[in-house]
Amino acid sequence: MYNKKVMDHFMNPRNVGEIEDADGIGEAGNPHGDHMKVFLKIRDDRVEDVKFKTFGCAAAIASSSMATEMIKGKTLKEAWDLTNEAVAEALEGLPPGKLECSVVSREAIHRAINEYRKKQGLEALPEQA
Amino acid sequence: MVEKRFVYMDHAATTFTKPEVVEAMLPFLEEHFGNPSSLYSIGREGKEAVETAREQLAKALGANPEEIYFTSGGTESDNWAIKGTAFSRRRNGKHIITTPIEHHAVLYPCEYLETQGFDVTYLPVDRYGLVDPAEVEAALREDTILISVMYANNEIGTIEPISEIGEIAREHEIPFHTDAVQVIGKLPLDMKTQDKNVDMLSLSAHKFYGPKGIGALYLREGTEIDNYMHGGGQERKKRAGTENVAGIVGLGKAIELAAANVDNHNENMRKMRDRLLAGLLEIPSCRLNGHPEKRLPDNLNLSFEYIEGESLLLMLDGMGICCSTGSACSSGSLDPSHVLRAIELPPEIAQGTLRLTLGDQNSEEDIDYVLEVLPEIVEKLRAISPFYKPENICEK
Repeated sequence: MYNKKVMDHFMNPRNVGEIEDADGIGEAGNPHGDHMKVFLKIRDDRVEDVKFKTFGCAAAIASSSMATEMIKGKTLKEAWDLTNEAVAEALEGLPPGKLECSVVSREAIHRAINEYRKKQGLEALPEQA
Repeated sequence: MVEKRFVYMDHAATTFTKPEVVEAMLPFLEEHFGNPSSLYSIGREGKEAVETAREQLAKALGANPEEIYFTSGGTESDNWAIKGTAFSRRRNGKHIITTPIEHHAVLYPCEYLETQGFDVTYLPVDRYGLVDPAEVEAALREDTILISVMYANNEIGTIEPISEIGEIAREHEIPFHTDAVQVIGKLPLDMKTQDKNVDMLSLSAHKFYGPKGIGALYLREGTEIDNYMHGGGQERKKRAGTENVAGIVGLGKAIELAAANVDNHNENMRKMRDRLLAGLLEIPSCRLNGHPEKRLPDNLNLSFEYIEGESLLLMLDGMGICCSTGSACSSGSLDPSHVLRAIELPPEIAQGTLRLTLGDQNSEEDIDYVLEVLPEIVEKLRAISPFYKPENICEK
């Protein structure tokens, strides 16, 4: 039911791990039980490095892997604007009912960016659904 | 790294069809294609083959051939038993007793009947999934018309106290149905002795090395039941539809093979299963679900904390191992399986549940292979999990 791209990112997830001196850490979960924790290293308003840990199904793990690949090296604005649809598209599609499992990556990234902003004395950006 | 091999450990989902079974079936797809209701020779040949299979099944169950009705499988047998009894006995009452861990082929007909004015009591089960016969007795009402309790659970393998429940049902003269889909060829059945208080019993051929699309309902002589399929006069006017002759022949052959080998099969399964269990319980924060002793000899249901079942299943598939999970995500629903909820397994633990069911093609080499591969995959997924901290691990 999963395509090759999803299976590749699930079996060999990119950016797995933790960053000890992360500048922003964010966590998000969904009612399925999927849960992602993301660690950002930020320099000059860009995502210099990103790592994640995810509990969840193949869709959740593959989306975490793809989302972190997509924000690496990007500006915080670009990282913030990453959509679930863009992640799903980069994965060449997720099975019906599995988009929900990919939503946690976007939420976790938003929370990590806001945590960083707070540390910088900036206002938290509104998280929209 | 060990060499990758194909290991099928999902025999509770379905089994392969044994070559002897296929061989027995083929003539009835080829030259003996006649309709058993036809009077000419190739029709009569079909009819005879159906009756031979009926005798084979009756013999294995300790039943009379007249008590066997062929159906399209376990789901039809369950639907027929539940709805057929309810509608036939609705003048006697509207109350049905069952359990929350039944297969959906029993639960959903019960839910449907609730929309038709029937009342259903779902008995409590303990943490192993066992029904207490005293609870059956306590749930009885003046208007109880049916009790349905599965022989053994398909997910966690727990074997229910069918004899005790049967005695209560008989004493109160209430028809008793059991879904025995998982036990055929694994537990010896005898409708004349140990199972004498079972009035209806569902079974399905593809769980015991027969083909898919064929099953049977055992109906004890004198059991009152409405027809479920209406049409032609097949199966002594109780189940309409041209007989699935090849399927029926396959079922007959499969039950004959299974019944002849049940003790040997069980011993092999139990031996391999117990070795697999002992090895897997070495993995920290791993637990067995279902009853430790009162369980099917080929069933293992394990929860691995901090990881999710679908991920585990797919990584095992990547290594050639086929099995099942009870996690929420695998079913597309928000909740883990109804069985894991009924035994009150905490949702976060239920998420990491794996079912391994052994069968005839498994060997000691398969057990070695799973014992080599599974712990590595658990470790790999735990390394990705934000919940996993090595210090959380409770050592046994």
